[in-house]
Amino acid sequence: MNPNIKRLSMQVDLSEFTPASSEEKEYMVQMRESTTAFRDGVRRLRKNKVAIVSFWVIVFITLSAIFIPMFWPYSYGAMLGVQPGKPVDASYNNLKPFEYSTTEQEMIAQGQHVTPHIFGTDSSGRDYFIRVVYGTRISLAVGFFASIIVLIIGLLIGSISGYCGGIVDTILMRIVDIIYSLPDMLMVILLAAVLKTRLEGRLGGTIFAGIGANILALFIIFALLYWVSMARLVRGQILSLREQEYVLAAQASGARGSWIIRKHLLPNCISVIIISTALQIPSAIFTESYLSFLGLGVNAPMPSLGSLASDALNGLTSYPYRLVIPALVISLIVLSLNLFGDGLRDAFDPKLNN
Amino acid sequence: MNSKTLKYIVKRIILAIFTIWVVITLTFFIMHAVPGGPFVSEKGVSESVMRAMEAKYGLDKPLGEQYLTYLKDAIHGDFGPSLKQRGRQVTDIIHDGMKTSAKLGVIAAACAMILGIVLGSSAALHRNTVFDRVIMVFTTAFVSMPSFIMGSLLLVIFAVQLRWAPANGAAQGGLILPVITLMLYPMAYITRLTRSSMLDVLGQDYIRTARAKGVPRKGIIYGHALKNALLPDITYFGPMLAGIVTGSLVVEQIFAVPGIGRAFVQSILNRDYTLIMGTTIVLATLIVIMNLISDLLYKVVDPRITLE
Repeated sequence: MNPNIKRLSMQVDLSEFTPASSEEKEYMVQMRESTTAFRDGVRRLRKNKVAIVSFWVIVFITLSAIFIPMFWPYSYGAMLGVQPGKPVDASYNNLKPFEYSTTEQEMIAQGQHVTPHIFGTDSSGRDYFIRVVYGTRISLAVGFFASIIVLIIGLLIGSISGYCGGIVDTILMRIVDIIYSLPDMLMVILLAAVLKTRLEGRLGGTIFAGIGANILALFIIFALLYWVSMARLVRGQILSLREQEYVLAAQASGARGSWIIRKHLLPNCISVIIISTALQIPSAIFTESYLSFLGLGVNAPMPSLGSLASDALNGLTSYPYRLVIPALVISLIVLSLNLFGDGLRDAFDPKLNN
Repeated sequence: MNSKTLKYIVKRIILAIFTIWVVITLTFFIMHAVPGGPFVSEKGVSESVMRAMEAKYGLDKPLGEQYLTYLKDAIHGDFGPSLKQRGRQVTDIIHDGMKTSAKLGVIAAACAMILGIVLGSSAALHRNTVFDRVIMVFTTAFVSMPSFIMGSLLLVIFAVQLRWAPANGAAQGGLILPVITLMLYPMAYITRLTRSSMLDVLGQDYIRTARAKGVPRKGIIYGHALKNALLPDITYFGPMLAGIVTGSLVVEQIFAVPGIGRAFVQSILNRDYTLIMGTTIVLATLIVIMNLISDLLYKVVDPRITLE
């Protein structure tokens, strides 16, 4: 060391600096790409076998519910024994699984192909398999759209309430408190009964005619009652995120309120929101089947899993499988959606685990 | 109990009373929004007879006046005469139905609580054993199964196929299957709740301290862990009752139990307005009060909880 250089001086002794050896350089090499929060979540989700199996079960059920009615030769409402211009053929009614009516047996004897009735037929001679598939379709659609409605309303009110604060927040949250403490199922039944009579006959010609009064009533109920927990969740998230420094920085640089909500607050609470929407679907399916079971659900002859189960109660002693099949499908859907939702939560929001 | 707790309790009671008022008001106006009125479905009734019937039940008065009269009577527990069951008061019908339904509900709630706590804490204490796994699989299945499906399946298996229990709820021993149906969901829920909170408690420092002091295992479980692990169960008490009430609507339908739930569903199907309003208000009040009690109890029992 050069003794002329004083300690703490800024003069550097260049001899102490040598180029890094290749071995040392290896430490600096990035072994793998840095991951995003999303990819990290997906990786964690894929490790969760239960969630993955549930996911594929949901995909399988959804795809079959969408595509099977497109090519299946029977329709959910057609009474097979009733053909125009012919006497009613009662041999189509109440077939056991894989049985054929007398007409169909003749057709098979002549060498024609007849699609088997996998689950038999019901008391009106309708193919039960396609009714179950179609019922699944209705139940899934109701669950999905009801959750979307809940999501939109909850997101809107929750973010307004959380961001504005003050008197707006107080009023909105008092309304939420009251709706939250209402006994929801009783109100749902009451509203379903009233809206059904109210809407019937008013829908003709509108785009809602295809949906039917009962399902529309169900959507209205969800829009009225079930947004509250979503609104609370969003508000809580926004309240805690609002205090973060980057929001202050955005405000300081002149960002408007709606911009901050869209660009900073919502992306940061999106995982919690998606997860709770996913968990909302089974609860909507459950509510729909419950109402259908009480006779307040979908309009006949349209089936839903709940109404199929309810209809099956009449012929319980002779045809118990007619109850068991829709019951199993509902339980399977609700179970796999719940398990998948739990998996999503564990994977994307480890904070919630504690 | 300090003034903050007192203030919280008063606030919650006011909210509960307000909620009950909202229920009464909503129910009243929803029912009067139905087009045609209650006597439309009656056959062979002339215009004048209909008028006379409406006058008898006070339906010809202005809506505001009807509402005030109804509110005043409802507070006194008088919900007027049933529109479809001639000569019977709604209060009497509810009273009769409540006898059966209360028995059903209380037995189901008690069984669910006891079995849930026992199963949940034993599952936590034998964590990751076969016993624990089996419990978790079954409770997951029960939590995903709507009560009407559970009821129907039990009916098929135990009443129709095996003939172990009667299918009719009014028969001797007929409440066995309805009780089991109503019990399974809350039991499964409590089991899961108790298991996770027990696991949480067992990981706490004071349990380690107790173990280090040499407190025997039983002493730790009963003296330290269980008390704290049961706290979350108190919060579930209110929702459990709400679940049992709504569950009993379909369960009483499936097993033909002559209770208040069946009366409610029947009243909706045959448009018995006064009975619909009466049962809704009674059941809603019950749920609101139970939620209130379970919330207050939780806050009062656990001093660590901060009151808003």
